[in-house]
Amino acid sequence: MSDPIVWIILFPLFGAVLCALAGPWSKTICYPVSVLSMVASVWASAKTLLQAIEASTHEVSYILGGWSLDLFPRGVGIEFRADILGGLITLVVTGVGLIVTLYSRLPVQRETPGKESMYYGLFLLQIAGLAGIALTGDAFNLYVLIEVAALTGYGLIALGSNRAAAATFNYVILGTIGASFYLLGVGYLYLKTGTLNMVGIREVIEANQMYDSPAMQVAFVLILLGILIKMAFFPFHAWLPNAYCHAPTSTSCLLAPLVTKVMIYVMIRMILTVFGVEFTFESTLWTEVMPWLVVVAIVCAAVMALAQREIKRMLAYLIVAEVGYMVGGVWIYNYYGLIGSIFHVISDACMTLCLFLGAGIILEKCKTTHFDGLRGLFARMPLTMIGFFIGGFSIIGLPPTCGFFSKWYLITGGMVSERWEYMVTLMFSTMVMVILFFRLIERMHLAVSESGQNLGKGHGDLGLTERQTRFDEAPLSMLIPLLLAASVVLIVGVYNQDIVDQIEIFLQPFDLPTGVHYE
Amino acid sequence: MNDTVIVEDIRPLIALLAPWVGMIGIIWAGERRPNLRELFTFIAASVQAAVVLSLVPLILSGAIVEFHIWQIFSYVPMQLRVDGPGLLFACVASVLWIATTLYAVGYMRGLHEHAQTRFYSFFALSLSATMGVAFSANLLTIYFFYEMLSVSTFPLVTHMQDREARTGGRTYLGYLLFTSLCLLLPALSWCYVWLDGGHLTMDFIDDVGKVGHFGETTQIVLLFLFTFGFAKAGLMPAHSWLPGAMVAPTPVSALLHAVAVVKVGVFCIYRIYADVFGAEVLSNMGGEEWTMVLASATILISSFIALSQDNLKRRLAFSTIGQLGYVVLGAGIATDRGQGGAVLHIAMHACGKITLFFCAGAIFVATGKKYVSELRGLGRKMPLTMGAFMIGALSVIGLPPLGGFISKWYLALGALDRDATWVVVVLLVSSLLNVFYLLPVAVTAFFRTSETEKNPSFKEAPWPCVVPLVLTALGCFFLFFWSDVLLQMVGLEP
Amino acid sequence: MFEEGSIISQLLVERLNYFIYVVLLLIGLWAMIAKNNLIKKLIGMSIFQTAIILFYVSIGVKEGATIPIYLPEHDPHGSHASAEHNDTTASGPQVLEASKVSGYTNPLPHVLMLTAIVVGVATLGLALSICLRIYRGYGTVEEDDLLLKLEQEDSQNSGGFKKRRPRRRPSSAKAASGATRAASSEKSKSEKTGQGNRRSRSKSPAKKSQSSPASEGKKPARRRPRSKKPKEGDS
Repeated sequence: MSDPIVWIILFPLFGAVLCALAGPWSKTICYPVSVLSMVASVWASAKTLLQAIEASTHEVSYILGGWSLDLFPRGVGIEFRADILGGLITLVVTGVGLIVTLYSRLPVQRETPGKESMYYGLFLLQIAGLAGIALTGDAFNLYVLIEVAALTGYGLIALGSNRAAAATFNYVILGTIGASFYLLGVGYLYLKTGTLNMVGIREVIEANQMYDSPAMQVAFVLILLGILIKMAFFPFHAWLPNAYCHAPTSTSCLLAPLVTKVMIYVMIRMILTVFGVEFTFESTLWTEVMPWLVVVAIVCAAVMALAQREIKRMLAYLIVAEVGYMVGGVWIYNYYGLIGSIFHVISDACMTLCLFLGAGIILEKCKTTHFDGLRGLFARMPLTMIGFFIGGFSIIGLPPTCGFFSKWYLITGGMVSERWEYMVTLMFSTMVMVILFFRLIERMHLAVSESGQNLGKGHGDLGLTERQTRFDEAPLSMLIPLLLAASVVLIVGVYNQDIVDQIEIFLQPFDLPTGVHYE
Repeated sequence: MNDTVIVEDIRPLIALLAPWVGMIGIIWAGERRPNLRELFTFIAASVQAAVVLSLVPLILSGAIVEFHIWQIFSYVPMQLRVDGPGLLFACVASVLWIATTLYAVGYMRGLHEHAQTRFYSFFALSLSATMGVAFSANLLTIYFFYEMLSVSTFPLVTHMQDREARTGGRTYLGYLLFTSLCLLLPALSWCYVWLDGGHLTMDFIDDVGKVGHFGETTQIVLLFLFTFGFAKAGLMPAHSWLPGAMVAPTPVSALLHAVAVVKVGVFCIYRIYADVFGAEVLSNMGGEEWTMVLASATILISSFIALSQDNLKRRLAFSTIGQLGYVVLGAGIATDRGQGGAVLHIAMHACGKITLFFCAGAIFVATGKKYVSELRGLGRKMPLTMGAFMIGALSVIGLPPLGGFISKWYLALGALDRDATWVVVVLLVSSLLNVFYLLPVAVTAFFRTSETEKNPSFKEAPWPCVVPLVLTALGCFFLFFWSDVLLQMVGLEP
Repeated sequence: MFEEGSIISQLLVERLNYFIYVVLLLIGLWAMIAKNNLIKKLIGMSIFQTAIILFYVSIGVKEGATIPIYLPEHDPHGSHASAEHNDTTASGPQVLEASKVSGYTNPLPHVLMLTAIVVGVATLGLALSICLRIYRGYGTVEEDDLLLKLEQEDSQNSGGFKKRRPRRRPSSAKAASGATRAASSEKSKSEKTGQGNRRSRSKSPAKKSQSSPASEGKKPARRRPRSKKPKEGDS
């Protein structure tokens, strides 16, 4: 197979069609088909990434329909272009998709019985859409794939309870606004440059020195606004807590780690590949404003996460805060910040996956994720708690989890650009996250009620029945993906240098400032 | 330093990993086979102590042992290195682990404590982290193990799982994590970003004094961030976590105060002062005077507070804060003898303080008493315990022929080396204060009779509690008579 | 006022298409935000997307150009194939020179907008089915009523967790376990029954605290027949 890049999307696509068509006859076929197509997709994306790393230009390119690249700036066909960044993100998307597919057998049976074929069809299409976003090299095709991912996401959430359907409506409205603004921006780009190919757009901008053109400025603003809405950047985040909290378990496990991170990838792609570093950072005033917006975003999201009394809503607000980290890492405009941002996309996907998988197991076993129902979980489900808290420690930033390394690069970036407001906000939000997760540990571990009254009879008695404290671990089909995700968090942390090396190779052609160094 | 032999050896890694293997055994043995579980702890502790002690001859001959674990960043490795001060700290910690385990067996079983498996496993993890700190070769590695220690001691501090444990745990972790994430991490990344084009390893041998390339204010700010970032060292005002952590069972307090946690804190500060800044940079800087002032203030204030405490463990906690101030003071003096005395004090204080804590715990197990005012006449009932307490107290006060004398002597000599006579005055005053708050305990026990029991019978704590404290009391003598070995390890001539 | 280059002239004469699409966009956006009825919001969404489609189509307009289908004289495959186009053997479309191209409108915006229309239709269909689901579940498509019902439901599901504890076992340490079980039965019940109970509960919002233990009270009594304590506040 010489072009695994297309197969990354085709395997889930065929799997989705198979699930949707054959599912109504045989419910049990959906799960194996999904797992197989995801395994094939992971294999294809690993091959593509290796191809991209070994290629001389560090990218793999595939024009759909076989159009030649010589026509017009970079061709008239839709190009699928996997450079190292795209390859990494695709691998993350398909890998997370595989883990959630493995995990999803029981939750889908419990929460959406009888709808498995629809569910898995939408599930696989969602992964195909997200992978396509990471792979495409065409601005309009990106809109189409954003909408594919969004629509399937709406469907996946609305398949749950009525409350989920009510939450989806808000998501539909806001998501459509965001994608439509993006489309409008692409329209302006097409108007001025005449091409839709991402690299081609930049070539035309640079050839004609369009940096001061008002149309380009408007295009940039519209695209940025659309992407910020879709990535739930404060204050456009209002759709996220309700949508992810009330969604079925495996839906939130799939959407939460991936959707917002892929949108951040889109923002990075727009900035670096389409508009170019010079246009974005030096011709616009956004570099001055965005870090302050980021500060507000992180602080508000962290404080709102503190106010929550339920694990899934707390995690949803944590996602909003992490989005703030990544946006900040990009807009402080330097080399290390961007390395930190890209690495944080990868590591945040892994650690959010860990947390949501754990929250799903807690929901399954304890029937609630409210803080009051969590006592004694360490004795009851020690392995689940280890997996969950590896994700938690990664969010706090304790070594050797991957969260520490991404924070390291972000702090380095903040220091190099002398963005002290960003650094102080990082420290503040780290402290808030310490409080959040150790509060959870306290709830599970201590025999104290929230108001400070001792429960139980002392000496470690938690005031629970024997049935609630005996060892009752999660079912294996849910536990193994969680432990897999936790080990990925640790592996990405320990092997962070290999990933960062590749990110640095990707960032070489863009002239990002690396800061002044004393001697 | 050019003629030091560098030996590549896996023994530091073995010392680091032995507790992890022990932990697997502990969890496997579990609550159903407690004797087997305790055996695993002893095996792990003995292996660790044996490995560490086997490195002593190598280090005394002037060599340095290194082991490269992993290249965590492309220019910074996670690396272990064994040199004199590190080995001294590691010896103290690993030998005292054996004693603490024996004591913990007696204490936990005597009080029928719950969740002993969890207790012993996290104990082992904490010791692994302590070894990591002792053997770290660069700033990043020491930071990794420092954080690991904070997290692994949290379940120990909140062992009782009640309201007081919650408050104690919150204070403990709040102080430690706040300072390390908000003060230490920025200081760390500052060094890594701004020195030498950003490709420095901040190795403790290769990169000594590079911090001197920064401007004056930056150096002072960095020193400030590092000193308070390592809040485990208990410098005021970042000291409140220590009395708050007294809610833990006594073996944990012994671990915190003598074996691991605070020693890690001051050891890290020693490393910063001696091996990141270096004596020359410190002397050239305007600001290391205020470190000495701060440390002296800590010593004096905590001694005064200790005078007013009636709860024995709290009194000992404030005493520890003061004694840690000595180490910081010695590190800040920035002379050879001062810094050597600081490292020595880690060892001497460890032995003396652990004896005191063991005694306090034994008293609680045997009689349930926690307050100094209740201890009248206890000397007749528990002569071994109170005798060991007396010896430990004298060591902490600093009288020969006990170990504490040697370290205080060298601290004073180091202060005189740079004509800071006021430091010697501080040392003398604080030793006097130590007398006032430690000796009355022993005096009350031996020379006062209790109102309730006129002729108390001999009833010591269970033997696993008494044996360790007798051994550590004897250790205080031992450290005095073998002090030349220790002096050689820290690089001073005996 | 209407001379060349003035603002009014630019808005209404030179750049009329932009003006129109902006107006439509804002109408759609306003409807999505300000309208109370969910269907009207969706109509607003449709208007919003239509505005963008109109924008794209309008930028492809060329004066005096014909539709983008090969005119007979440019046809490389037909009987008028000229000698210039030597690469007729290659399959696929041919590239015309610039002078010949100027007579055709640009097909690309139309093609893009076909895709966008399809996306819009799909979104609209999905959103309408979600509206239907909301109507079946909550009995209303007015946003303020819906929000009220959602608030009640949320407070029952999560706030009710704490309120259960004193009612179930007022005096023992088993309060937590009772609360867990009660809340879990409440939550699984609400997950399973969904539609039917919603309507009956939503009709009496103020009496929710009384109605729920009434329905809940039977369940624990069935499961724990040994419980002799009378339930407080039971009807």
